[in-house]
Amino acid sequence: MVTPFDNSAPALRVEGLRKAYDDVVAVDGLNLQVLTGECFGLLGPNGAGKTTTIEICEGLLTADSGSVEVLGRHWESDARDLRELLGIQLQDTQLSEKLTVDETLTLFQSFYRDARDVGEVIDHVDLSEKRYSRVGGLSGGQKQRLAVACALVGNPQLLFLDEPTTGLDPVSRRQLWELISQFQAEGRTIVLTTHYMEEAERLCDRVAIVDHGHVIALGTPQELIDAVDVSHLPPPEPRKTSATLEDVFVSLTGRTLRDE
Amino acid sequence: MGGRAGAPRASGGTTGRERGDRFKRSSMVQLTLVRFREFIREPEAVFWTFIFPILLAAGLGIAFRQRGPDKVLIGVVTSSPGSAAVIQSLAKDSTLVVTAYDDSAAARALRTGKVALLVVPGSAKDSVRYVYDRGRSEAVNARLMVDRAVQIGAGRVDAVRATDTYVTEAGSRYIDFLIPGLLGMNLMGSSIWGLGFSIVTARSKKLLKRLMATPMSRAQYLLSYLCSRLVFLILEVVTLVGFGHWAFGVPLRGSLATLFLICLLAAISFGGLGLLTASRAKTTEAVSGIMNFIMLPMWIFSGVFFSSANFPHTVQPVIKLLPLTAVNDALRANMLEGASLAALSPQLLVIVVWGVVTFFAALKLFRWR
Ligand SMILES: Nc1ncnc2c1ncn2[C@@H]1O[C@H](COP(=O)(O)OP(=O)(O)OP(=O)(O)O)[C@@H](O)[C@H]1O
Ligand SMILES: [Mg+2]
Repeated sequence: MVTPFDNSAPALRVEGLRKAYDDVVAVDGLNLQVLTGECFGLLGPNGAGKTTTIEICEGLLTADSGSVEVLGRHWESDARDLRELLGIQLQDTQLSEKLTVDETLTLFQSFYRDARDVGEVIDHVDLSEKRYSRVGGLSGGQKQRLAVACALVGNPQLLFLDEPTTGLDPVSRRQLWELISQFQAEGRTIVLTTHYMEEAERLCDRVAIVDHGHVIALGTPQELIDAVDVSHLPPPEPRKTSATLEDVFVSLTGRTLRDE
Repeated sequence: MGGRAGAPRASGGTTGRERGDRFKRSSMVQLTLVRFREFIREPEAVFWTFIFPILLAAGLGIAFRQRGPDKVLIGVVTSSPGSAAVIQSLAKDSTLVVTAYDDSAAARALRTGKVALLVVPGSAKDSVRYVYDRGRSEAVNARLMVDRAVQIGAGRVDAVRATDTYVTEAGSRYIDFLIPGLLGMNLMGSSIWGLGFSIVTARSKKLLKRLMATPMSRAQYLLSYLCSRLVFLILEVVTLVGFGHWAFGVPLRGSLATLFLICLLAAISFGGLGLLTASRAKTTEAVSGIMNFIMLPMWIFSGVFFSSANFPHTVQPVIKLLPLTAVNDALRANMLEGASLAALSPQLLVIVVWGVVTFFAALKLFRWR
C-alpha cells in the first residue's frame, strides 16, 4: 500500500503505452512518471492523445500495449481498490439533468467506502446556492464544477482532471486553482490536462507536452521555458522579458491549437 | 485504507439517525431513488404509463359496450280493415316498433330501409301478407317475431310453454378481453421503454462511462432498474385492473396472488428484453428503432386488441412462443377463467425462458461505455 506522503514512490507510472483506434494511433509509445503529491500537467494540441492516455490510466480504456501502474496497483488485479482511490472528471460527461446537485453528489458519495460530506464538497466548489437546483438548469461552468465535485466526493488520493477549467469564468477558474492547491497541500496527487498555459505555469509542478501520442518535452514549467530557443519564435510582439510556457508550446508543436 | 484523509467511520450503534444514514449511504438505495426521480420528473413517461392505458380502456370499453336487444322496425299498411287488429297484436311485443303507412308511403319506407318488413293485412280477417327481403337476416328475424305476435294476437296457444332467462356474462364482453391485453402491453412497454431509453441516454451522454469510473457495482446498477420497475409495476397493475374492475366490472376470477405473480414474472422477463434492447445502442434514435422492431409485431400478433386466433393455423405455434402472447394468455386465463397456477405453467415457462435468455444475452453484449 502506498502512503500518500511518501514522495519517492510514483503515484502513476506509464511505460510504452500504445493505443490505436481504427484509423489513427492515438497514443504511441508514451512514458510518464507522476510523483506522489505532485500536480502534473499534460499539455498538447487537440487530438494529441491526452484524453486517451488519461482514460487508460483511469481504467476506462484498455491499452494495446504498455504498462500502467497507479498508486502501486494494476488495473488487471486491483480494479476495485483503484476505483475507491481515484477521483475522476471526464472531458465530456453530462450528468443526469433531472437530478439536483445534492442528489447527484449523494449518489456518487454512496459508491465510496470513505466518502466526504456532500454539503462540504458543494461548499468547496462554491455551488451552495445551487445545492437543490436541477442539474439541467445549471450553467456550463456550474456543471463543470459539479463534475469536479463528483470527482472529489469519494475522497480520492489521486485526482484526474481532463480540462477542468474549460468554460469557466476567471473567478471560478481561480477558485478551482485554489481547490487544486489545497488538495495538493494534503499530500495528494493531481494529473490534469489544460489548454491554458498560464494555468499550467501556475499550478503544475511538472508538465509533459504530448504530441502525436508521445511525450515531446517534460520538466518543470521553468525548465521548459529556459530551454526555448527564442530565435524560433514568431516575430516579436511587444514582449515581456522572458519566454512563457505558451512560447514553449508554440515552438514545440508549431501552433497554438491544432485540429486533426 | 491507510493514511487516507476524512472522518473515521462510525461503527457499532444503531440509533435511528445512524440507520437513516446507512440507508442514505447505501448505493442500492440511491440508485433506485435515482430511477424513481428520473421517472417521476418526466411527465410524459408518467402519462404514457399510467394515464394513457386507462384512457384507451375507457374509450374502447365505451365504444364496444353491449346494448339491449335491437328494436325491430315494422310498417303496417292501413288500407285494409284488418289493420287495427294487427297493430294491436303487434303492440304487445315491446321489441317491435310499429308505424302505420298508406300504400305508397309503405312501399317507400320499405325501399329506403326505414322498416325491415311490411305487414299487409288481408281483406279477409284471417289472412295477412308479409313483404320483406329474404336476403336480409334482420328482415327474416322480423318475419318470425311479427308472425308470432300476430298468431298470438289471433288466439294461438303454444303447445310448449317456454320461458326466457336473459344474461349478460361478465367476462365475455370486449372490455373483458381488452383489459388483460392492455395490461400485458403496458408491462411490456414500460419495461422496454423504461430501461431502453434510460440506459441508452446514460450511455450516449457518457454518464455510464463516468459511473464505471466509480466503485459502483454493475449488478446494482442493473438491479436498480428492476427494483424501481417492481414498484411502478404494482401501481400499473392496480390502476389498470382496478379501473377495469370498478368502471366496467371486469371479473377477477383467479387468485390475486397468481395475477400478481404473472405480472411480476412478466415485468422481470420484459426487463431482460429491455436490457437486451439497450445493450449495444449508442443513441436514443437507434434504440427507438430497435424497440419498435421488437414490440410492433407483438402488439399485432400477441392478442392485445383482438384475438391471436384470427391468424392462420400454421403460424400459431410461433405466436404462442412470443412473450407477450404468453403474458396475455396467462392474464386472461387468470382473470376471466380463474385458471390455477398449475394450469398456467406452459405460459409461465415461456415467460421465464424469455427472461433468462434475454438477461444473459444482454449481460454478454452489454456495452458499459
Ligand atoms: N473513440 C474513438 N474512436 C476513434 N478515434 C478516437 C476515439 N477517441 C479518440 N480518437 C482519436 O484519437 C486521437 C487522440 O484523441 P484524444 O481525445 O486522446 O486527444 P486529446 O489530446 O484529448 O485532444 P483534446 O485536446 O482535443 O481533448 C484523436 O486523433 C482522436 O480523433
Ligand atoms: Mg481531450
